[in-house]
Amino acid sequence: MATIIVQRPKLAWHERWFISTLVKGLKITLGHALKTFREIVGGKEKVTMEYPEQKWDANLPSYYRGAPALVTDEQERERCVSCQLCEFICPPKAIRITPGEIPSDDPWAKVEKRPKEFDIDMTRCIYCGMCEEVCPEQAIYLRKDYAITGESRAELMHNKKKLYEIGGKRVGLVNKWNELK
Amino acid sequence: MAALLASFDFAFLITSVVKIVFLTFLVILPMVAYSVYAERRFSAIIQDRVGPNRTGIPLTLFGFKKDIQIFGIGGLVQPMADGLKFLLKEDFTPKSVNTFYYWLAPALTMVPALMTCAVLPFGSELDFSFLNPMIEKLGGTGFSAPVKSVIADLNVGPLFTFAIASLGVYGIVLAGWSSNSKYPFLGGVRSSAQMISYELSLGLSIIPVLMVFGELNLSKMSAFQDANGWLLLPFWGEGLTAERWVLLVPMVISFCIFTVAMFAETNRLPFDLAECETELVAGYHTEYSSMKFALFFLGEYAAMIIGSGLAVTLFLGGWSIPFWPFFEYVGNMIGLDTAFGWLGSSFQLHYSAGSTPFWLGLLHIGVFFLKVIVFILFFILIRWSLPRFRFDQLMKLGWLFMFELALANVILTAVIMACFTK
Repeated sequence: MATIIVQRPKLAWHERWFISTLVKGLKITLGHALKTFREIVGGKEKVTMEYPEQKWDANLPSYYRGAPALVTDEQERERCVSCQLCEFICPPKAIRITPGEIPSDDPWAKVEKRPKEFDIDMTRCIYCGMCEEVCPEQAIYLRKDYAITGESRAELMHNKKKLYEIGGKRVGLVNKWNELK
Repeated sequence: MAALLASFDFAFLITSVVKIVFLTFLVILPMVAYSVYAERRFSAIIQDRVGPNRTGIPLTLFGFKKDIQIFGIGGLVQPMADGLKFLLKEDFTPKSVNTFYYWLAPALTMVPALMTCAVLPFGSELDFSFLNPMIEKLGGTGFSAPVKSVIADLNVGPLFTFAIASLGVYGIVLAGWSSNSKYPFLGGVRSSAQMISYELSLGLSIIPVLMVFGELNLSKMSAFQDANGWLLLPFWGEGLTAERWVLLVPMVISFCIFTVAMFAETNRLPFDLAECETELVAGYHTEYSSMKFALFFLGEYAAMIIGSGLAVTLFLGGWSIPFWPFFEYVGNMIGLDTAFGWLGSSFQLHYSAGSTPFWLGLLHIGVFFLKVIVFILFFILIRWSLPRFRFDQLMKLGWLFMFELALANVILTAVIMACFTK
């Protein structure tokens, strides 16, 4: 194993006894304080975004992982075939799927299954995106919604209807890794 | 019974109670609340943030459109909201604590901190003689002499302060020990070791000051500095002698040691090893919640305010207005005394025992608290500038450097004073 000898800076006596270093430190902090104070008094704060009034939504990157949601394809078909892979991979076990059969008189009968119920517990979800990654049908996506709030636990239980509401329709060529995320 | 009642000096009792209520409940406690707010805003701007700027008078609760911000400064109601939160939080007592001491500890931190303010002269004197006709109408005798702006005019001011302030460590040690948890325990042990090491240099650092004053009465010290220039600013009166200017060297050393020891004594960063969030969760008050935690908080900030008050009284002239001879000269030049009759027969900014006008007494109180506020802001600035000392560094600094320096400083002062006395 290579030994790295760290070169400690040679300190003058006034640096070692915190005299000049103290003055230097106070100058830095006071400088920042005065600068920010002037900005606040002048009404043009450049440092902190005042969150609920100002939002960063326009600048969210394309790979932003917000709330997970289900999508339909261009023919309004539910993409999810309730294979339950997302349910099994979900690390905090936030997803619960009740599979249901598609009746034989349905135009999409050949797909065989779709979720009867699809619940994501948003109090558990950690926004890791594994459900999106594992989905073979490209039916679940992490959207850009991040302010998921509610006044009760029941409100934070996203059911199938809510999930499709957030997810909406995906039209055009939807490949999982293309830019149309 | 009547003889007993007659033996009481009721005017003295009433003025004392009024002074206690004024200083503790109307000045120190609100100042504690607002120094927490100041700390949060100041640390915010140091770190390029904004800080708590939203809490106003909550009119939106009653259906109005906007909250009112006092003076247009956002968040000035924040301390009230914090206090309300402390009152409403669950007061949780863990099962494993030693209940008696667990309940006693917060009080033991808070009470000594507030008791030390008894000897602080927060102003010169207030001449209430204009109230005399009213009191006489009510059957009293009225004020024969001006009221001194200090709760207890003790002749052992600094000694009293140190004696009481060092009791504060009991609260911390008991809190740490009775919590029956390892982090509070470590915090308490560290705190006591630190207090012992720094109390020595704290006590020794003011001996040169006492030698210069030849006096242990804090109000007389303030009056001396008012007449003869501050200890660190000898620009008028006898302050213009060569002796005082040579003595400035040991006085500056004294002031530095006193300030550093005061930081250690009040457990403020860079010496806050008793709470040390990064190592000990929250230190000695880890297991405390609600109002009991608030008492620790109040105690710490009250100790800080009173420490600043003591530093201001000893070194920065207490309530005295700097450069008053200059201001008086200018004031009399432009004829302030003739223009405003209420200023008195002649415009004066200096204290003269027994004949200080009422408005000047109020001004002195204002000046004293202004200096204290500036000193607290300095405390806050230091806290957010310096990293915490490691424990061995702290001990080394206390025992191997500051203690010796303080001791040498006493001898230096003695030598200088001996050289200048004929």
